Amino acid sequence: MDMRTPLGKVRGLGSAKSGTEHFWKVRTTSIALVPLLLFYVGFLIAYAGKPYADVVSALSNPFIATINALTIIASIVHMKLGMEEIIQDYIHTEATKFALLILNSFFSLLAGGLCLFAALKIAFAG
Amino acid sequence: MANVTNKRPLSPHLQVYRFIPTMAMSIVHRITGGALYFGTVLVAAWLVAAASGEHAFNQVNWFFGSFVGQVILFGYTWAMLHHLLGGLRHIMWDLGYGFEKEFSTKLAKANLVASIALTVLVWIVVLIVR
Repeated sequence: MDMRTPLGKVRGLGSAKSGTEHFWKVRTTSIALVPLLLFYVGFLIAYAGKPYADVVSALSNPFIATINALTIIASIVHMKLGMEEIIQDYIHTEATKFALLILNSFFSLLAGGLCLFAALKIAFAG
Repeated sequence: MANVTNKRPLSPHLQVYRFIPTMAMSIVHRITGGALYFGTVLVAAWLVAAASGEHAFNQVNWFFGSFVGQVILFGYTWAMLHHLLGGLRHIMWDLGYGFEKEFSTKLAKANLVASIALTVLVWIVVLIVR
């Protein structure tokens, strides 16, 4: 029989050493997204409503394609982490919480996968 | 052992706080974040259509050009600019600045005003360029 108290059992085990990782990733991606999104908005202003050929040829420009891909990656990571925070703040039923966290991962990966594949296909194949 | 977690006093929540600008903009920051989350569907639709070919691209462009599409895109622009400006406030706080009551209240109001002004500006530029 274990006579130790719950506190005694965990004392000295230390943290998982990842306490600030979530916070740090949210901030890093947010800083990256400031210039990326300003560029993106500028691009959309210039190409909103333009014909297909113009848009595709602009998106296949190496510089714009890179910015496009980086914006997609930073946005998806940032939004996945942000939604995790919202779910953890408001959902207190374990089963629902885990289901939503998994759904969040799937949605983020699906949206990110579609955007990234499309961006690369345009860049490489037009 | 008695269930000690059951009847613990809860911390005050939304309904007992007075409505103040910093709190309102904090809530809006979260709501716009949630809206942008689902707004990625629009970006995905646009990029996938552009990658699929001219026909698909024209269809998506038709939707974005319709009245409903334009209203959604206008809201999306505002949500993004509001969240971006709110994010800059957060970075400022993370660095340890701007916690003074009057200043943070002013900045919260400025966040709302600037986000609306910038959204209108972006759309004016779009309409001029087009």
